Amino acid sequence: MREVKATEVTRLVSTLYQNANFYLPDDVFAALKAALAKEESSQGREVLETLLENAELAAKNRVPLCQDTGIAAVFIKLGRDVHISGGSLSGAVDAGIGAAQKEGRLRASVVAGACFDRRNTGDNTPAVTHVEIIEGGAIQVTVLPKGAGSENMSRLAMLRPSDGVQGLVDFAVETVELAGASPCPPVFLGVGVGGTMDRAALLAKLALLRPAGTSNSDPELAQTEGEILDRVNALGIGPAGFGGAVTCLGVAIEEAPCHIASLPVAVNVQCNSFRRATGSI
Amino acid sequence: MTTILKSPLIETDTRALRAGDKVLISGSVYTARDAAHKRLAELIARGDKLPVALKGQIIYYTGPTPPAPGRPVGSAGPTTSSRMDAYTPAILSQGVLALIGKGERSAQIEESLRARGAVYLAATGGAGALLAERIIAAEPVAYPELGPEAVFRFQVDDFPAIVAIDSSGGNLYRLGRKQYRK
Repeated sequence: MREVKATEVTRLVSTLYQNANFYLPDDVFAALKAALAKEESSQGREVLETLLENAELAAKNRVPLCQDTGIAAVFIKLGRDVHISGGSLSGAVDAGIGAAQKEGRLRASVVAGACFDRRNTGDNTPAVTHVEIIEGGAIQVTVLPKGAGSENMSRLAMLRPSDGVQGLVDFAVETVELAGASPCPPVFLGVGVGGTMDRAALLAKLALLRPAGTSNSDPELAQTEGEILDRVNALGIGPAGFGGAVTCLGVAIEEAPCHIASLPVAVNVQCNSFRRATGSI
Repeated sequence: MTTILKSPLIETDTRALRAGDKVLISGSVYTARDAAHKRLAELIARGDKLPVALKGQIIYYTGPTPPAPGRPVGSAGPTTSSRMDAYTPAILSQGVLALIGKGERSAQIEESLRARGAVYLAATGGAGALLAERIIAAEPVAYPELGPEAVFRFQVDDFPAIVAIDSSGGNLYRLGRKQYRK
């Protein structure tokens, strides 16, 4: 059994969450840069240039890329030989998010009492934490600060099996069309297919963790990702929604087995400020 | 074309703007997002006095991050405007002449803008670090208990935006999408 102090987890989560908010990942920066060559609209190119300049300034000054520093989606792979001492895992994660909010001057964007009170919790906690138990003695942590502008445009449908792949593609394209300019395009799409309602939604978010521009290893799913990407970019929404050829920079599908009568599909929309960071103990 | 806007505005400033025009704003801008809009709209509905006079003013839909020492604000880009649609006709009734945010608005807002001679401006979503460089002062003026949702008075200098919906029915989002749809 390997003993890891809860405070070590807290420190890692805090560092990752701050870095994610200051430094746009290389794959995302590269995708925005590549989009400049594809964008037909001069206004659209100007938006892309602004976003690249914003990323450089944020990194230089360690200031958040976007004022919506997100509700924290935290994914943990916990080795089964690890014992967390001196506190609970979820407590350690929330302490890390709270510390990141204070040290990194991030925005407190979480309210408690979603229905009635909607009182700001003051330190951007709690996080939405997912834990997977794996073999070994390591802990891997990935953080995804999720802004509400794009999260609010996400959708889920319990399709009929007869709707098939066409139904899935149509639903994903319709999601982006309805979202329009609101989720800060160019967007990235995480698509979860199969499982149950909740599994599909989680798969959609996990799909966003794949490096931008990579395809599913299954050739049919890879082809479906390409089909969604092409159809979304034909919508003409463009950077910031001002019209253009680049509406989406990447589509990632993740799949799971499902009930004989089901075809759950979830589409998680991700804005251009596609922030994430991974580290381990 | 780029138009220089000095805030507070007068109606002839905003009536002259057309969808797609670029603007650079200098002067005062008030921040308000969901929770502040709800409170302001309730005061307006009751006929009560507002914590700030809004005639000729600009409302910016943003909730900034806390500032680093020596800076007025942290990151301060636009939030999704459509969440404010329910309250916007009331806000415009107070003489507000420009709204800054991102994303499409409802048909009712287009109609309200037309009736009031006001405009809806889009700032670049996702560029909060860069946009904050154009904010030279920030002062909380109402509802500090709302944290990032409090109302701040910003002083801005050459704050860049683009006219998304003008007061004569022009809509950059519709025009743009139509032009590039394949």
